[in-house]
Amino acid sequence: MADEDTSRESTPDDGPGATPQDDAARPSLWHRLRHRRRDRLAAALIGVLTLLLGFAFAVQVRSTDTDTAYTGAREEDLVSILDQVNAREDRLRQQISEQRAALEQLTDTDSQAAAALAEAQQRATELGILNGSLAAQGPGLRMTISDPGDDITPAVLLNAVQELRGAGAETMQVDDVRIGVSSAITGSGGALQIDGQDVDAPYVVLVIGDPQVLATAMDIPGGVSAAVRREGGDVTIVQSDQVVVDALRPLDQPQYAQPTD
Amino acid sequence: MIPILGLAVGVVLGLLLDPSVPVWLQPYLPIAVVAALDAVFGGIRARFDGIFDAKVFVVSFVSNVVVAALIVFLGDQLGVGAQLSTAVVVVLGIRIFGNAAAIRRHLFRA
Repeated sequence: MADEDTSRESTPDDGPGATPQDDAARPSLWHRLRHRRRDRLAAALIGVLTLLLGFAFAVQVRSTDTDTAYTGAREEDLVSILDQVNAREDRLRQQISEQRAALEQLTDTDSQAAAALAEAQQRATELGILNGSLAAQGPGLRMTISDPGDDITPAVLLNAVQELRGAGAETMQVDDVRIGVSSAITGSGGALQIDGQDVDAPYVVLVIGDPQVLATAMDIPGGVSAAVRREGGDVTIVQSDQVVVDALRPLDQPQYAQPTD
Repeated sequence: MIPILGLAVGVVLGLLLDPSVPVWLQPYLPIAVVAALDAVFGGIRARFDGIFDAKVFVVSFVSNVVVAALIVFLGDQLGVGAQLSTAVVVVLGIRIFGNAAAIRRHLFRA
C-alpha cells in the first residue's frame, strides 16, 4: 500500500524529463515525501497516545475521587473508622429490631382489633336474635293452636311460651308478634294481646330450636298440649328444618340503666 | 498542537463517558498515567531543546508505560507491589521534576 502510493506520486516527476538533474533530485524528493509521511504517522500516533493519556488521567481521577478515599489513611484512623462503622451498624441493627417489634405489635393489635370486631359483630347478632331485633332462621317447629271456643287464656299461651323457652327455644313469634324477654301476654280468652297487639286464633307459633326437644316438651302429659285440649282447643305441631322467624321487635332504649365497666 | 488537542479531547471523553476502571487494571492505571506524564514532559523538554524526535517520543511513551506497568505487575507477583509502585512513582516524579526544571529554564530563562 505504501509502496504503491510512493510510486504513483513519483511517476509524474519521472514522466516529463529524465534529466540527470531530476535523477539527482529524486532521492531528496523521495526522502522528503517519506519524511512527510513519517511526520504524519508520528503526529497521528502522538495524538492517539496523548488522547489515551488524557482519557486515562480523567478516568483515574474520577475513580480516585469516588472510591479510594481511605487508601492513604493511617492504620489507627482506619481502625477508628472501622469502629465507628461497626457502632453505626449495631445502632442500625438495634433500630431494625425495634422497628420490627413495633411492626409486630401493630400487626398484633390490628388482628386483635379485627378479632374483637368480629366477636362484637357475632355478639350483636346473637343479642339481636335474642331480643328480636333481627330476623332469624333455622330448624324448629311450627305450632298451631286452634281455639274454636275462645277459651284459651293468656295463662295458657304464656305457659306455652315458657315451656318452649324451657325446652331451649332460641327465638319465636306468635302470629306476627316476636316474643322477646319482656313480652307480655294480656287480654282475655278470644281477645289476646301480646305486647299490646291483638292476636287472633288460631295462634301460629314459629319457634327456632331443637325440633325434637321442643315437640317433646309440648306433648308431655299435663303440658301445653294437654292444657289446650282441656280448654277445648287443639295443637298441631309440624317439625321443620327451616323455620323463618321474621317478625321484629323494636329495640327498647334503656331509660335508667347504664352499662357499667 | 496535536498533543494538546489529544489531551483535551481525551480528558473530555474520560469525563463524559466516565467508565469504571476494570479491577485488573486498577493497580496499573495510575502508574501508567504517571509514566506517560513523564514521557510527555520529556517530549516538551526535547522540543525546547530542539532535539524533539517523534519516533523517540512515541517509543519512549509506550516503553515507559509498559515498563512501569510491568514493574508494578512484578511487584504484585512478588508481594511488594505497593512498595514498587511507590518506587516507580518516586523515580518518575524526580524525572518529571527534572524535566519541568529544564522547561522552566527555557521558558523563563531562570
